[in-house]
Amino acid sequence: MDLLFAPFTDFGFMRRALVGCIAISFGAAPIGVFLMLRRMSLTGDAMAHAILPGAAIGYLFAGLSLSAMTIGGLVAGMTVALAAGFVTRSTILREDASLAAFYLISLALGVTIVSTHGSNVDLMDVLFGTVLALNDDALILLCAIATVSLFVMAALFRPLVMECLDPSFLRTVSRMSATAHFAFLGLAVLNLVAGFHALGTLMAVGMMVLPGATARFWAKGVGLMMAVAVAVAAVASAAGLLLSFHFGLPSGPAIVLALGAAYTVSVVFGKEGSVVARHRLRSRHLEA
Amino acid sequence: MTALRFENLTLGYDRHPAIHHLTTRVEEGAMTAIVGPNGAGKSTLLKGIVGELRPITGRIEGVAERIAYLPQISEIDRSFPVDVESVVAMGLWREVGAFGRIGAAARARVADAIAAVGLEGLERRPIGALSGGQMQRVLFCRLMLQNAPLILLDEPFAAVDRRTMDDLLALLAQWNREGRTILAVLHSFDEVRRHFPTTMLIARELIAHGDTASVLSTENLSRARAIGEAFDEAAPVCRRAA
Repeated sequence: MDLLFAPFTDFGFMRRALVGCIAISFGAAPIGVFLMLRRMSLTGDAMAHAILPGAAIGYLFAGLSLSAMTIGGLVAGMTVALAAGFVTRSTILREDASLAAFYLISLALGVTIVSTHGSNVDLMDVLFGTVLALNDDALILLCAIATVSLFVMAALFRPLVMECLDPSFLRTVSRMSATAHFAFLGLAVLNLVAGFHALGTLMAVGMMVLPGATARFWAKGVGLMMAVAVAVAAVASAAGLLLSFHFGLPSGPAIVLALGAAYTVSVVFGKEGSVVARHRLRSRHLEA
Repeated sequence: MTALRFENLTLGYDRHPAIHHLTTRVEEGAMTAIVGPNGAGKSTLLKGIVGELRPITGRIEGVAERIAYLPQISEIDRSFPVDVESVVAMGLWREVGAFGRIGAAARARVADAIAAVGLEGLERRPIGALSGGQMQRVLFCRLMLQNAPLILLDEPFAAVDRRTMDDLLALLAQWNREGRTILAVLHSFDEVRRHFPTTMLIARELIAHGDTASVLSTENLSRARAIGEAFDEAAPVCRRAA
């Protein structure tokens, strides 16, 4: 018991890390469910990389400033998401290709700016996060983003589901299709920015994609899937932080590895459509 | 009353017309079949009516505020974890929108519609587990709840068996009796002759539109067939007047 609770009761930085990660769980995991259902899991990955140069530019101009890096990341992420969305909607190119194009451009631009400025700033924090060093401002930011994202998701739930399920139908009955699409991309960027403060730009997307993919194996409906995703993300965050504390592992990767373990178990033993569930169903077929 | 009026309408892709210089009108309450060879512009015409495609030239007038449209290839994602009842309830969008409550009365309508298409007992079935015919019934059910005065169907019976088709045709006839205007792209002349009083025969241009028996004459059909379906890359600019 002590192994489970003592780190959090004894150390303030562990408590802060846990609160931050739980906030991210509430924001990012439901987004991950939609990314998974829209076959956009890799899109999330691309957007996460697009944020890096923006955050790096903020870091260059203002040092380790929460607001500068947040704004830089948001601007870069939104620009890439909007530009890719525009190209998808008005040209022949599909979303995956247009997004890949823009995030590569964004990434190259960021690296170019950083190297020509010849700065020796340590970008390790941006890459791998500082979950064990979250200050009050960072925690407030993470909680604010989670709150906004839950409210927007609740308000746009129906159009979001319809946009995934049958986009052409939504377009014939409503003008909300584009709104839902861009609001969703905006939320994804917002949550990736939240995630990178804690886990870094490389790992942030893990809190989004892995809980979503895991939840698919445990729930039939979209609502329940989102709840499962949040729970998986929160529990894996605590587990990852404990692993990191007891074994001296880097905390960001430890959390993502804990999520990875949950995912692997679900792939094999999950209730819906997992390896075992499918095998069992196949061998015992029904009358009709 | 006229439900739809086409004025010198040209629709197409990359300047090649799929259908051009169409001038005709559809009466309110008509039950009209749209027939013609592959590449005649039938689906394109429906896309123009719902506003998915903007006219290159000409106009479509009198388009109803509410149109129920069943495309030829539905974009519906069959692997999405959602049940029959939820898909059908999407037809209520105009009434409930993004935030509106689906009350007891609306639920009763959903249940009635599901019964009307013969899917009782399958309300909770995930759509991934339906047969092609059952899925088509679900889509008809959703159309029904849209409660639209104008209903457009693009080859609605392409992949369904005899019994499903008869059931769905009966539904169409009933909607038509309720005063709704129905435009359906069809290929089987048998069904057209039996169930659709008026027909529009097109082959990149209007061949004939009117009473089904006279439109589907041997002469009209061979004229429709004679018009090639392929785009001509070197086609000159069309100088035809309206």
